[in-house]
Amino acid sequence: MSILLDRTTKVIVQGITGKMARLHTKDMLAYGTNVVGGVVPGKGGETVDGIPVFNTVEEVVAKTGAEASLVFVPPPFAADSIMEAADAGIRYCVCITDGIPAQDMIRVKRYMYRYSKERRMILTGPNCAGTISPGKALLGIMPGSIYLEGNVGIIGRSGTLGYEAAAQLKDLGLGVSTSVGIGGDPINGSSFKDILEQFENDDETHVIALIGEIGGPQEAEAAEYIRDHVTKPVVAYVAGLTAPKGRTMGHAGAIISAFGESASEKVEILSAAGVTVAENPAIIGETIARVMEVA
Amino acid sequence: MDIHEYQAKEVLSNFGVTVPEGALAYSPEQAAYRAREMGGNRWVVKAQVHAGGRGKAGGVKVCESDQEIQDVTENMFGRKLITHQTGPEGKGIYRVYVEAAMSIDREIYLGFVLDRSTQRVMIVASAEGGMEIEEISASKPGSIVRAIVEPAVGLREFQCRQIAFKLSIEPKLVQQIVRTLQGCYRAFTELDATMVEVNPLVITSDSRVIALDAKMTFDDNALFRHPQISELRDKSQEDPRESRAADRGLSYVGLDGNIGCIVNGAGLAMATMDTIKLAGGEPANFLDIGGGATPERVAKAFRLVLSDKNVQAVLVNIFAGINRCDWVAEGVIQALREVQVAVPVIVRLAGNNVAAGQKILAQSGLPIIRATTLKEAAERSVAAWQSDTSRASMLKEVS
Repeated sequence: MSILLDRTTKVIVQGITGKMARLHTKDMLAYGTNVVGGVVPGKGGETVDGIPVFNTVEEVVAKTGAEASLVFVPPPFAADSIMEAADAGIRYCVCITDGIPAQDMIRVKRYMYRYSKERRMILTGPNCAGTISPGKALLGIMPGSIYLEGNVGIIGRSGTLGYEAAAQLKDLGLGVSTSVGIGGDPINGSSFKDILEQFENDDETHVIALIGEIGGPQEAEAAEYIRDHVTKPVVAYVAGLTAPKGRTMGHAGAIISAFGESASEKVEILSAAGVTVAENPAIIGETIARVMEVA
Repeated sequence: MDIHEYQAKEVLSNFGVTVPEGALAYSPEQAAYRAREMGGNRWVVKAQVHAGGRGKAGGVKVCESDQEIQDVTENMFGRKLITHQTGPEGKGIYRVYVEAAMSIDREIYLGFVLDRSTQRVMIVASAEGGMEIEEISASKPGSIVRAIVEPAVGLREFQCRQIAFKLSIEPKLVQQIVRTLQGCYRAFTELDATMVEVNPLVITSDSRVIALDAKMTFDDNALFRHPQISELRDKSQEDPRESRAADRGLSYVGLDGNIGCIVNGAGLAMATMDTIKLAGGEPANFLDIGGGATPERVAKAFRLVLSDKNVQAVLVNIFAGINRCDWVAEGVIQALREVQVAVPVIVRLAGNNVAAGQKILAQSGLPIIRATTLKEAAERSVAAWQSDTSRASMLKEVS
């Protein structure tokens, strides 16, 4: 098992004719992802690298039974594309797009709650690198080569920092069950807590690595959830020890604007919940290895 | 993006919020003239800078004659106002807003923010207006009233009435509060703000509800659909290095340390700064050059980082996910040949084709200090910076 995504998951790419989307669709196909179609309004009937393009998500779902979607649509139109996927019955959606207005994301979240929990789409991102279940499938833009198959579940807000963690694990011969990027925006589809719940219920995941950063309440909410509901060991690192208050550090959501949002406060909150915290990003891999030996 | 108080007031008044009569001035003479034009015998002059805490810092003065306005503003224009929000370097005063003074009965705090827990707009109000919200939450947390707005139906009147009654507003004034709250909410959502703060919202002795101060911040990601808001940008209030970086598509935040950082990805950039700190150094900046590290971007990044005179070493940390290390290495070499770099340069590459990248750096003939892990990169940067500064101080002693 893995979470959200495996070898058989039927995947579509929204915005497949864009330059970035084409490039990463190729990478996903090479990795073994089951890409069954693309969606670009007005380009239905064309093909991209042998993949058929459809006008609407509704149509591609009806014709191919697509279950998951990767959104590469530019910021002004991305929110609408996510809602289209949610309405068409897509089960899991990853949005890569960086720069979506926060109010658009508020509307997206509100729209998704129209559906009952059983049929509600799971969204991760926006502004993320995607999700990978190593050896099975890749839904995103991360380099597949840095992930070994294994039993560490990774959840992170940052793309390249997530790569860093995976590469450190690989150097130690440790692999990953699934790695999920939840993105660097202030309003995102899934929180740490949502993905923790999935990993807790996944047999293949033995240890969970949570890679957070300054800004927002999601690390503190995760800590509370871990304390009350997670039985598996959790290792965390929180980036931004040196970040000044009130300044946005690259990610729209990486800004310390309230109590409990700095790296040191988050480290304290997570430690108090029983999480093993790697204080230094250079030892994320080592810390996970140590925790796995004990477990 | 932040805007000035006078701009925020104009925006809010277009949404039905009552604001005081006021006029903008770019010189002391103009300020005095504006006051005469407005009439009356008491005015408030307010330095227009993008920061709170202006009153305590001397940026807000009550004046009783146009001569006094001229004298007071002579001392404002061209000066830097240093408040607890500006940092020690302060913000330049180039515009002053003159308002008719009014007689005030009550001051209320009113704020609209994006609440990241509920992922909705939250209203925060308190009967303790005039103080900063941080002070209120520390000293009078019980006075804070909160409400969350359901995005599908917007801010309802009953919610506004609830807030008004919780603040013990007189019944005959409740309707004015409702209009103010709904105006602020509409401005917030229709213009893609991320923060609206009216502090204080006042009740005058003649029973009017007026926004005496106003602050608005807008979502940079939504400016594309609000050209009229983009026009309000005032670059004089921004750090020149940061605005230059933003214009070039780089994300830069200047800090006080000596080790410059060039990194791809925001999270990795913060993590790199953390490792420098833990290795005993101080980072000079945050800099995310984005996913693809092209030679042009790397060269731009070097120029930007080196424009900070405190930088005594530069650490380049690139994790090549989409691209390849050999290509990034070529970029670094090209940048170093283009830009004169007189301080030690440490390069750590990871990801695709890392061996080829390392080989290119080694064979370049340039004095690049190489590192393979994040830890090594930070330690070597701190060591290079220390030996460089000790050499410099030794040279100073010799001469």
